[in-house]
Amino acid sequence: MFKYLAPLVLFIVMAIFLALGLNLNPRDIPSPLINQAAPDFSLPVLGQTGRVLTKDALIGDVWIFNVWASWCGSCRIEHPIFNQLAKKKLVTLVGLNYKDEPEAAKQWLAQLGNPYDISVMDQEGRTGIDYGVYGVPETFIIDKKGIVRYKHTGPVEVYDMQNTLIPLIKQLQAEI
Amino acid sequence: MNFIKSLVLLLLSMASYTAVAVEYRKFDQPEQEAVYKVLIEELRCLVCQNQTIADSNAELAQDLRRQVYEMLQQGKSKDEIAEFMTQRYGDFVLYNPPFKAKTGLLWIGPVVFLVIGLVMLFLFTRRKRNTQNIKLTEEEIKQKTKIRNLLNDEAEQ
Repeated sequence: MFKYLAPLVLFIVMAIFLALGLNLNPRDIPSPLINQAAPDFSLPVLGQTGRVLTKDALIGDVWIFNVWASWCGSCRIEHPIFNQLAKKKLVTLVGLNYKDEPEAAKQWLAQLGNPYDISVMDQEGRTGIDYGVYGVPETFIIDKKGIVRYKHTGPVEVYDMQNTLIPLIKQLQAEI
Repeated sequence: MNFIKSLVLLLLSMASYTAVAVEYRKFDQPEQEAVYKVLIEELRCLVCQNQTIADSNAELAQDLRRQVYEMLQQGKSKDEIAEFMTQRYGDFVLYNPPFKAKTGLLWIGPVVFLVIGLVMLFLFTRRKRNTQNIKLTEEEIKQKTKIRNLLNDEAEQ
């Protein structure tokens, strides 16, 4: 009996491992920042010469930190979804304009719409490194105490927005 | 022979290419330069996941090399820099991750599979030997010679 069952069991085990392997996204690297304080930054605001935004100014709000760039192709995929989110006025949307030219960035927003309450410029990519950014677009959700609660790598799609981001934002808004 | 020659040439040209990818960095102390070289070979480029930041010319790899260089200039140690990177990118950024609960499977996995393989090899070879040593009954011996004879007849024809 064992003789006949062994290859079958072996096959099933291997099939399970391979199926798991195929369904995991190798680009999805778990962020060590989850449940840690969001790294500090102090960056110039896009489109407002001389103004600087720091992380501490956002304490007390639930905010989304969305890493984008005009050179980033897949940012165009998620952009309309963020435009829709902005219309709902549910949450503060902060853009991290990552390693971009300010002029190109402004043009991009003018063309596709600007969902952000404010965008800061990280031209040297240092804040990007502090946030562990490796694949634009990336999206962080940060709670009222300034703790990173969620990270999404790659474009946010309608499904993610409806089923993960918005419920989490509502939950965090309800926290004191 | 020609094939080998061209292969060697190809490999050599690739080696010089990766050398070009890494920008020139000036160090005051040779020890720092040595640490720099070790570190950029040990840190993973997260954009192009199977390359080190020394091998890759992706923007992120360039930025991370700059970060390593600057931290060394500030007098940070190798461990401090590795810690800095792990805090931001997780253990995945290290090609040589530390042994702990999370990375345990990674380190022990191959050994476990080797042991499973050896145990199976042992079990299967032993079973085979057992089947060869089985004593045949008289009836079976008769049948066996009968079969032999039949086969031999066939061969002669």
